[in-house]
Amino acid sequence: MLFNFFYHFGRYLKMMGTALTRPEKLNMYYRETTRQMIDIGIGSLVIVGLIAIFIGAVTAIQFSYQLDGTLVPRWYIGYIVRDSTIIELAPTITCLVLAGKVGSNIAAEIGGMRQKEHIDAMEIMGVNTANYLIMPKIIAALFVIPLLVAVGAFISVIGGYAATVFTGLLSNAEYIQGVRSFFVEKNVTMMFVKALVFAFLLTSVSAYQGYHVKGGSIELGQASTNAVVYSDILILLADYLLAVFFTQ
Amino acid sequence: MIRTENIFKAFGDKTVLHGISTSFYKGKTNLIIGRSGTGKTVLLKLLVGLLTPTEGKVYYGDTDFFGLNKKEKRQIRMKVGMLFQSSALFDSMTVEENIRFPLDMFTNHTAKEKNMRVDYCLERVNLSGINSKFPSETSGGMQKRVGIARAIVLDPEFLFCDEPNSGLDPKTSILIDELIRSITQENNITTVINTHDMNSVMEIGENIILLHQGHVAWRGNKDEILETENEILTDFIFASPFLQRLRAAALNK
Ligand SMILES: Nc1ncnc2c1ncn2[C@@H]1O[C@H](COP(=O)(O)OP(=O)(O)OP(=O)(O)O)[C@@H](O)[C@H]1O
Ligand SMILES: [Mg+2]
Repeated sequence: MLFNFFYHFGRYLKMMGTALTRPEKLNMYYRETTRQMIDIGIGSLVIVGLIAIFIGAVTAIQFSYQLDGTLVPRWYIGYIVRDSTIIELAPTITCLVLAGKVGSNIAAEIGGMRQKEHIDAMEIMGVNTANYLIMPKIIAALFVIPLLVAVGAFISVIGGYAATVFTGLLSNAEYIQGVRSFFVEKNVTMMFVKALVFAFLLTSVSAYQGYHVKGGSIELGQASTNAVVYSDILILLADYLLAVFFTQ
Repeated sequence: MIRTENIFKAFGDKTVLHGISTSFYKGKTNLIIGRSGTGKTVLLKLLVGLLTPTEGKVYYGDTDFFGLNKKEKRQIRMKVGMLFQSSALFDSMTVEENIRFPLDMFTNHTAKEKNMRVDYCLERVNLSGINSKFPSETSGGMQKRVGIARAIVLDPEFLFCDEPNSGLDPKTSILIDELIRSITQENNITTVINTHDMNSVMEIGENIILLHQGHVAWRGNKDEILETENEILTDFIFASPFLQRLRAAALNK
């Protein structure tokens, strides 16, 4: 078990060492990176938006239920929705979902290329395949996923608004007052740091699963599943560590 | 020239190659022949470093290939063209993009120069005009030929072909043999071909090794084949009763 962990961790580091070197032919990498950005960014916009709306709405309704009859003023709900989405829900839930969507996709794409000898064919040409296949995905993810998370946080706040103001739980003024209170810049920094770390984890772990796949379609399916499972676990672990670090 | 020195290759406890020492010469079409499953593909992949030998060495000229670091290996591989047994075309790219890929990756040619080069290579494998088709829209034999076009697009110094004419009709097969031979001679390159196509053996077999149970069972050229007494070789070549009768008739004369 422990041996297994070190085996995979060592192989992961080795792959990343080759992947994160300076590319030789920049415009090929540029093209691939923009393609990945469109894939990851535009391709995930709808799902991220949809989830964000519900996160905001549920948080707002849940807290208005829990705060009902307490001494906490009602307008605090806007503040709670804003901060809980920024600090935790937007980066974490968005990235967990993206691990399922983008991560499994990366593992299947690279794994398929491994199995069909495409990677071998590129190696023979002299291409640094870890570099060419993985780095554009990581760079694209590092650019696009924080943006998605920011958009998600914004939409969550709107979701909270819709769920409370439209249903008469709060007035427009109360919610807005909450959203504008006690703003701490550090929380936004934390959101972006989380998004960057999670983005790196989910792309690199998924790429690792795909890059080292063997066998046939069953193994490819497993690699794709493992990509999601391990990304999710690592994201949650990193989330915990970052929380400890940032609140110290 | 490529030389192997006492190559062993085992998968788990199954040893596929038992000490292969041989040379593949420059300007010649070097053939590796042998029954299905004797390790031709394994040997070819060892030559280019896609597999690592359990024991033994591969020399490119005087350079010990497996003694090189990743970057140095890549330098040699830029001079290598290879056709895979499965063709290994990139299936989300068109035929043209497949052939142009090495050009995009390693040259600074203009778009126009690249397209001319692609068209030239397609013409050489007799496939002009299928530029915008996807590999899945072409036949297996066409994919083989696109694979060859991609392998030669950068004018390699070392050309490896794993069964270039399996799945081709006799006429196209001859065309491909001719193509490989002429490229080898014109550019004075080292070409290694895996095959069990007897036509190819007799047409372009300038330096042949016969693999049998992980050993080199015979070596020679196409002219020596007919006269050989080596039983493994005659068994391999004159497998069909028809050919056996033909050989008997020829020997009786
Ligand atoms: N990755 C691998 N793992 C385990 N065994 C392998 C592997 N690759 C090849 N072999 C074994 O090595 C032997 C030689 O295989 P190889 O593909 O080289 O045959 P071949 O001579 O190319 O046959 P064919 O003419 O059918 O292509 C086979 O018995 C095969 O089972
Ligand atoms: Mg083979």
